[in-house]
Amino acid sequence: MALLEVEDLSVTFARRGQRAVHAVDGVSFSVDAGEVVGLVGESGCGKSVTSLAIMGLLPKQPGLRVGGKAVFDGTDLLQLDDRSRRDIRGRDIAMIFQDPLSSLNPVIPIGLQVTEVLTRHRGMKGEAAAKEAAALLDRVGIPDPKRRLKEYPHQLSGGMRQRALIAMAVACQPRLLIADEPTTALDVTIQAQILELLKELVRDSGTALLMITHDLGVVAGMCDTVNVLYGGRVVETARRRPLFRQPRHPYTVGLLGSVPRLDAGRGEKLNPIPGSVRDLLPWPDGCAFAPRCARRIDECVGEPPELVHAHDGRSYRCVNPEPLPGMVPAPREEESA
Amino acid sequence: MFRFIVRRLLQLIPTLFGLSLLLFIWLRRLPGGPETAILGERGTPEMRAAIRRNMGLDEPILVQYGRFVRRMIKLDLGTSTSTKRAVTTEFIERFPGTVELTITAMIIAIGIGIPLGYLAARRRGRFLDHASVGGSLIGICIPVFFLGYVLKAIFSENLHWFPSSGRQDPTLEATRVTNFFVLDGLMTREWDAAADALWHLVLPAIALASIPLAIIVRITRASVLEVLNEDFVRTAEAKGLTEQTVRRRHVLRNAMLPVATSIGLLAGGLLSGAVLTETVFAFSGIGAFVAEAIGQRDYPVLMGFILIIAVVYVLVNLLVDLSYSFIDPRVRVR
Repeated sequence: MALLEVEDLSVTFARRGQRAVHAVDGVSFSVDAGEVVGLVGESGCGKSVTSLAIMGLLPKQPGLRVGGKAVFDGTDLLQLDDRSRRDIRGRDIAMIFQDPLSSLNPVIPIGLQVTEVLTRHRGMKGEAAAKEAAALLDRVGIPDPKRRLKEYPHQLSGGMRQRALIAMAVACQPRLLIADEPTTALDVTIQAQILELLKELVRDSGTALLMITHDLGVVAGMCDTVNVLYGGRVVETARRRPLFRQPRHPYTVGLLGSVPRLDAGRGEKLNPIPGSVRDLLPWPDGCAFAPRCARRIDECVGEPPELVHAHDGRSYRCVNPEPLPGMVPAPREEESA
Repeated sequence: MFRFIVRRLLQLIPTLFGLSLLLFIWLRRLPGGPETAILGERGTPEMRAAIRRNMGLDEPILVQYGRFVRRMIKLDLGTSTSTKRAVTTEFIERFPGTVELTITAMIIAIGIGIPLGYLAARRRGRFLDHASVGGSLIGICIPVFFLGYVLKAIFSENLHWFPSSGRQDPTLEATRVTNFFVLDGLMTREWDAAADALWHLVLPAIALASIPLAIIVRITRASVLEVLNEDFVRTAEAKGLTEQTVRRRHVLRNAMLPVATSIGLLAGGLLSGAVLTETVFAFSGIGAFVAEAIGQRDYPVLMGFILIIAVVYVLVNLLVDLSYSFIDPRVRVR
């Protein structure tokens, strides 16, 4: 049985007098224990909203409706009351965010921001908590951890800050770690270090990782299974290798075509997908990607496409998928990680 | 930290020096000169000349200025023309009353303003939010003296809950030590005197607190709303911390910075607001005294008041700057 089973998750923002916005529209995927799962898509496709909905961290506002299920270890997270949710957050499911500077409280020392998790979930206090916090910082590769505990976020470099956030997330050895674009705000060299660190932590502790990213390089280097999101829906799910070798959904093909490649011929153009996610649908039903799709046919604009389960365990939501002999070779891992 | 305080106190010197120059010029430039200010329009030329000689106004201007500064350094602010007593003595008697009133008003404004602003932000768009935002608008609009009269009419003349005027019941014959009546009562263990002084403070302090309270509510509300949207609050929530910890450690502390700034600015304004409040409640602080001095053209008193206000302003803002460094390590002073 999967560790996390998200079923038909939907998030709707309804404003008075305005048309409701379906930020997430029937997303289903699962994460097995110890598995690394990618949630991939452009900005605006609903990947962050999905993760926040699972965590119960969507900003409370009138008109917000969350539907479906997110079953973690037998309990539906969406049905829990606030207190039980707070018990699970940080202990069983932890999260790392995109911008490490703004995600850390600027006015309290790093040490307290680590120990407060230990105090809350592991009942550690004083000396013991400080010692454990130092050990955690050491484990995520922060040199001179004792001194760092007393410092404030602005005194740390970007990479150190993200390491500190990771330390806080793994403080209680969660069973699931959700990383929402953890490397987007960092330098390329630091990105690689942080990904390496995440990989190592996941491998050593058996923590499952839900990796939310728009960066296919990250996916290629880390994920076992990949879910491609578009317009608030999962449009393709596959293991990593088949996905890169033979993408079926035209959007996945487009994503792969948008990545610059070192081995491309000089002067060869990138193939960006025209338009953007935010473009409104010209017709109410049908496939959300159709307006931008090169393989659009008449059926695309009538009914929303059903999920097709292919024989090799992959699934996609397309009535006119890419034919099977794949056109796009998988990227070499050492280049893209 | 220590060096910062010393440096800021040293900055007082040029401020006061500039102020002394302005005051000096102001006094020389009074219509008809200082002698008219003292004598009024009735003085004979002989009397004028005598006063000019007496005050050293016939000496070179630099010598006059030198003497002026020397007297100021010795805290000799001259003699009040209306009460014929030394200005310094008058101030020592009256200033503590104003300080007591201002501090009480500030405690009310902060003690109610910050929690109310916080709750309004948390209950955004609901009744408490609308009530406090609307109420604070009324608080800003109502003139202090009007509110003072209304409070007096309701709570002392009709309900007889609070005294309507003065700083203390004179029949108590309380011992004076510092002229801070509440403090005096506590120091001499005359509990009834302290309680009575405190009782006299309530209505004027509420009247005086109305505007700062309204401003603090609004600034706190806006600031909390902004902090609630910050990423680090989401991080704190993601850690599963209790609501109380998130609120106290992560939201409130970050929201306090703009509030601290406004408190510093408000504290200065309170001293001038005290003038009206003290007049309404016949509260013998420096405000009522200065209001009278303006009418009497009592220049030595006015000059002394301006100097004191300047010093208080600098000191209060020093305190505010120091409080920053406790709230936010990024502006930690060196």
